[in-house]
Formats: sequence, C-alpha cells, structure tokens
Amino acid sequence: MIRVAVVGAAGYIGGELLRLLVGHPEVEVVAAVSSSFPGKRVDGVHPNLRSATDLLFCSADEVGECDVAFLALSHRTAMTQIDRWMAVAKQVFDLTGDFRLDDPEVYQRYYGAAHAAPALLADFVPGIPELHRERLRSAGLISMPGCMAMAGVLALHPLVARDLVEPVAQLDARTGSSGSGATASAANLHAIRSGAMRVFAPTRHRHEVEISRHIGIPVAMTATGVEAVRGVQTVCHTTLRPGVDKLKVRRAFREQYRHEPFVRLVAHQRGNYRYPEPKILLGSNFCDVGFAVDEEAGRLVTIAALDNLMKGGAGNAVQCLNIRMGWPEGLGLSFPGLHPI
Amino acid sequence: MTAVQTCPECEDEVQIGHAERLNDIIECAGCRAELEIVALNPPVLALAPEVEEDWGE
Repeated sequence: MIRVAVVGAAGYIGGELLRLLVGHPEVEVVAAVSSSFPGKRVDGVHPNLRSATDLLFCSADEVGECDVAFLALSHRTAMTQIDRWMAVAKQVFDLTGDFRLDDPEVYQRYYGAAHAAPALLADFVPGIPELHRERLRSAGLISMPGCMAMAGVLALHPLVARDLVEPVAQLDARTGSSGSGATASAANLHAIRSGAMRVFAPTRHRHEVEISRHIGIPVAMTATGVEAVRGVQTVCHTTLRPGVDKLKVRRAFREQYRHEPFVRLVAHQRGNYRYPEPKILLGSNFCDVGFAVDEEAGRLVTIAALDNLMKGGAGNAVQCLNIRMGWPEGLGLSFPGLHPI
Repeated sequence: MTAVQTCPECEDEVQIGHAERLNDIIECAGCRAELEIVALNPPVLALAPEVEEDWGE
C-alpha cells in the first residue's frame, strides 16, 4: 500500500480523486487537505462517499511524509505551493493548469500572469498515457492535462502523427458545469447557466495551446458551456491531405489505440450513439473517439468525448498513478458508465 | 466451419458462422454496419442499407 494525500480535496476533482482512491486496493488515503473545511468530515462535502470513508479534512500543515501528493488546487495556487509538496511526497501529480506548458512566456500569454516556478516547467511529464507512457513509468512530477485538451489531443494525434491532415485544426469544445469548479460565482448561478449554450471562450481558450504543444500543429479552439454537469465533447475540423480516405483515417485510429485500455473508436453505422457521446461515459475513465469524412470536400470531422472529472481529470490521474507504480493500468477504474442516464 | 471476411465499411475482421445463409444480415463489431451475405462460396459481404440519424429538422 502506498500513502497518498489529496490537496484541494473539497473541490470536484478532489472529490473524484477521493472516490477513486479510497476504493483503490493499493492505496491508503492519509490526508484530504482543504483550507476551507479542516476538521470536517469528507462525506459532508462529498455525500457520495458516505460509508466509504470516515476521513476528516485536514490543513496542509498536518500532512507528514507520503508517497504521492495529488494537487487538485485552483489554478495559480499549485505553482506557489509546489516546493512544499515536493518536500513531503516522493511523487507529485498536479491537476491544475500550472505545469501544463513548458514555456513560461507562453504560459504568461495564455494565463495572464508570470509563472511562479518557471524552472520546474520542463521537469513535469505530461499525464497523457497514450503519448508518454514510458516517461510516466519513472516520473517524479506529473502534470495532468486539461479536460478539453485531453479530448482534443486524443482526437487529433493519430492523424497528425501520420501526416493525414493539413497542419491546422479548428476545435469546437462543449463542457458541463463541473469543469468550472466548486467555487460559486455569478456566472455559475443556476438562473444564468440553466438552459444556456454559452460560448464562454470563442477564441484563445487555454487548452488550445496545450493541444498544439502535444500534437505539433496550430489549433484554434472555441469552448461552450452546455446543459450538463459532467462531460466534455470536442468536435475537430481538419482538411485531409490529398489521397487520404476514410479507410486510412480508420486505420490510423485503430492502429494508434488498439492496445489502449481507455480509448475506444466509436464511428458506428447503427445504434443510438454512433459518435462519441459524453453522457454514457459519466463516471468512467473512457475517452471515445470517432470521425466522419466528406471525401468530396476533403473534410474530416473528428469527435472525442469523456467525463471531464474522470479521463479529463481524476480518473486519468489514477491511470497515471497505476502506470507509475507498475500496477495494472485499469486498477480501480473498471466502472463502465451508465445507460440509460 | 467459420469463415473470416473483411468488413467493406471499416476493414475489421468479420466472422461468418457455418449456420449463416445467403442474404443473412450480420453485424460488424468494429463499425456496427449491417452486412448482407451476398455469396457463400466463397463468402462475400456487402453493406446493407442504413438508416441515418437526423435530429435537426
């Protein structure tokens, strides 16, 4: 058993980490750190954990040495606390946006602030098993990708890696409200959010530069908040290289993800959800990817869907933990999702 | 005796069991296309007509 601390444990990602880790057969959760609820029961904030754990939230000062610290803090907070957690834990998994980019100048352009620990940016291994599995096996510092970035990377990487598309992509991302975090704001009031399809980032969403970093071509992204609590869907538009048809595209996806435990190709001719649908992935660690080709126009549409708190966050972090520790990659992640829901 | 053919839609392998007959419809596990057995010796598969989704009207 390894000893882990979840920092920022009262948030949505923190709660999802606790849900997965308290049930993980190789993990003991020794600390659930919250600056808002120290001394309070964890299941008071995360009622789905009733009878699963008697943990109490604690303050950061109460955390002793442990094997792994998961940082589920707000953006710009992890980079100011990173020294503390590197001193306490052998491995640090950061789920904020603080270490997702490797260039401090690019970070400042997209996040609007100077990075507080620029020297560490290059030390973090991106938590994308499908691209960096071997590096993850020995990583000490791991940065988990953004939820929409994860979907975008998995939708586009097989195509760009094989030079099947022109080197530019446009990406339309839809996300549920839990992606905004557990902190209340006027923009997240039910009266404002309910029923809306709110284009909250028509240009320059932070995840676009993250996707570009990983796949190696420019990406222009639009993000829309939709009527859902969980779930992300990205629809990517690219132009096929001459001579590329739908069979070549299918071969690329099949070849890339044939052995991936949590990526499935969904481009079906029959059934209710013929393309990736986030709704049936809720609570699961799967990312479904699919595509459609307009061969006459040379146009390729690729679609990816995932649960933003799972493959887009906590579930992916546990998958990376399993890789790092040499355990079966799907340990603690076997839930297949619900249908109907 | 089971024969293995390639799906004409997605190129996945499709198994044709010994009990299958001419004009039977089988489903491809890779793309869920319905495939009609249009010949048996040797087996040949063709796409059966599909119904499109349309929620936007």
